[in-house]
Amino acid sequence: MNEALPDEWDIELTPENNILDLKLRDLWHYRDLLVLLVRRDFVSFYKQTILGPLWFFIQPLFTTIIYTFIFGNLADIPVDHLPQPLFYLAGITTWNYFSDCLTKTSTVFTTNASLFGKVYFPRLIVPLSIVVSNLIRFGIQMVLFLLMMAFYALKGANVHPNLFWLLFPVLLLLMAMLGLGLGMIVSALTTKYRDLSFLLAFGIQLMMYLTTVIYPLSYVKAKYPHYQWLVEYNPMTSIIEAFRFGFLGRGTFTMVSLAVTATITTVILLAGIIIFNRVERTFIDTV
Amino acid sequence: MPTVIKAENLSKAYQLGEIGTGTISRDLERFWARVRGKEDPFLKIGEENDRSIKGKSDVVWSLKDLNFDIEQGDAVGIIGRNGAGKSTLLKILSRVTAPTAGSVKVKGRIASLLEVGTGFHPELSGKENIYLNGAILGMRKAEIKRKFDEIVDFSGVGRYIDTPVKRYSSGMYVRLAFAVAAHLESEILIVDEVLAVGDAEFQKKCLGKMNDVSKGEGRTVLFVSHNMDAIMRLCSHAILLKNGCLTGYSQTDKIIDHYLRADFGTTAIRKWEGKHIPGDGTVRLLEVFVHDESFKPEENFEITGKIGITIKYEVLKSGCVFTHGMNLFNSQGVNILNSHDVTSASRKQPRKIGKYSSTMWIPGNFLSEGTVIAGVAIFNPEPFYLHFQEADAIAFNVFDNLNPESARGNYVGGFPGIVRPILQWNTSSI
Repeated sequence: MNEALPDEWDIELTPENNILDLKLRDLWHYRDLLVLLVRRDFVSFYKQTILGPLWFFIQPLFTTIIYTFIFGNLADIPVDHLPQPLFYLAGITTWNYFSDCLTKTSTVFTTNASLFGKVYFPRLIVPLSIVVSNLIRFGIQMVLFLLMMAFYALKGANVHPNLFWLLFPVLLLLMAMLGLGLGMIVSALTTKYRDLSFLLAFGIQLMMYLTTVIYPLSYVKAKYPHYQWLVEYNPMTSIIEAFRFGFLGRGTFTMVSLAVTATITTVILLAGIIIFNRVERTFIDTV
Repeated sequence: MPTVIKAENLSKAYQLGEIGTGTISRDLERFWARVRGKEDPFLKIGEENDRSIKGKSDVVWSLKDLNFDIEQGDAVGIIGRNGAGKSTLLKILSRVTAPTAGSVKVKGRIASLLEVGTGFHPELSGKENIYLNGAILGMRKAEIKRKFDEIVDFSGVGRYIDTPVKRYSSGMYVRLAFAVAAHLESEILIVDEVLAVGDAEFQKKCLGKMNDVSKGEGRTVLFVSHNMDAIMRLCSHAILLKNGCLTGYSQTDKIIDHYLRADFGTTAIRKWEGKHIPGDGTVRLLEVFVHDESFKPEENFEITGKIGITIKYEVLKSGCVFTHGMNLFNSQGVNILNSHDVTSASRKQPRKIGKYSSTMWIPGNFLSEGTVIAGVAIFNPEPFYLHFQEADAIAFNVFDNLNPESARGNYVGGFPGIVRPILQWNTSSI
């Protein structure tokens, strides 16, 4: 055998990488790991519990009851003439998916430090597996939502699903991308300085109040015309509004606002991947 | 054989101390330097990594300008003291972290076994963990499926394969984890100290498997261990690291000899002064030296010559009874012998305050050739109480100059064995 030619090397380990190299080919090779990690998350979630996956139902159900009581009845915030529980559950289900993706992704480096410190695999697999695992949870919660929808529809409530529900996969993808992108940015920035993770904990809560989870966009537009842009340009708002419009027939959104959301989301996701790939190379030294 | 790993000026700097508010100004400074296309101001002042000396800078070079080529099918041991940079090197090679400067080029897939059981989930069964762990190590699902029976068989935990691994004993855990890793189809396998765990039988199995991997299958193995015996048996070549620098890369026996002698700083004569004197309130060590029959300190001995090792010590409290012991190791870390005083008359008498000297004699034609490292201890055998123990106190060489009066007689070929005594042979016709 001959001496290796310089261009025959498979891997080259150097201090800097091309930032546009997203390592997607590497990622593809590890696709089985993604599936196994999702399975692990799901199985380990309900091991040694009695109610098992039922827990996925309980959290949104109770939150809906409390929101109905406080925001719906006590504070008397209008809900676009929809049944109150249905209105809140739509917001909670979608918001939960986004915020779960964001919070779990944001701690990827710190919680997996021991694993990442021992063996190499494309780190991007872990945030992706989180997004997919949460999808299962989201799917179960969607069932709850659809059941409640059917219940109110049979009762003859003011619920009008229309063809816009076909946007659902797009909305789901946008939420996943947004949660993943923001989460990866936060996770990359918190490897060295943990400050941001404290900010994130209440930041998500504050962001929820800037999103149309407990109130409709139409209400803000009418009441605070000068500040409504703050809510309107929040990418999650148009996703939730589109979701409500498609499934329940009420919501304020345009294809333009959705396109703006899609653009913002794509930029955030790309930035997230680039920052994440950059940090993963040496984060173990500073984590 | 083609080169499969090529390191060029490989360096890695670490930042010492805590990361907090103080580091942000420095990060900004570094960032600003990079924006202007200048060299990182903090790496310039980095210094050699010697953990015992407190340096001026809080950046150290854990690895500095390493250059080496590893050929396909080689089993290369990496040795060095704690903190020499062994683990850092493995971390870079296994892509856990990136180098600060220089590069490594690799041909083929790398699988690393820096700690067995990486990514095992306690709640999942052995079977599920085989799949998960295999996937983490880079195997495809189909590949794991194909080798599943072989893996279970090798691990020897077949009976527990459907039990969650949190119920496993630590030995079973390691067995299963090693079994997965050993069946990886990677061209390069990186192993760090896995053999420190598991029982002797399993360790033997692991070494055997690694041997097959490198010699039989032509795969390249990099192996870090403090077990010189394992390195000696498994590796054809060894890399010696000292304070982050490569100080030797050659055949294993040469490197190990060099390491044990030069790196431990062990010599034929050693005196203790100042703060770190082995001993307790009763007795303390003053000096150990190895010498010939006339008590002349000597480092190299002919295989036929008598060797004496003398311990000098000071008794600080009168009235105690103790004995002195000596452990001899060869350069592969094999314990050649242990000896303590069971014959002298003084051994049972209470000592008075003062300085003493005790000598142990090793007959000629007893030790085999090579480097011998000796440790000393002073203890009371009954009830057992250890006053002090000093490992690797001194080292010396035994040379075989093909003297026909040695155990080799007129034979001039290779002569293995831990000891080489002349034994009596009787022959009669039957």
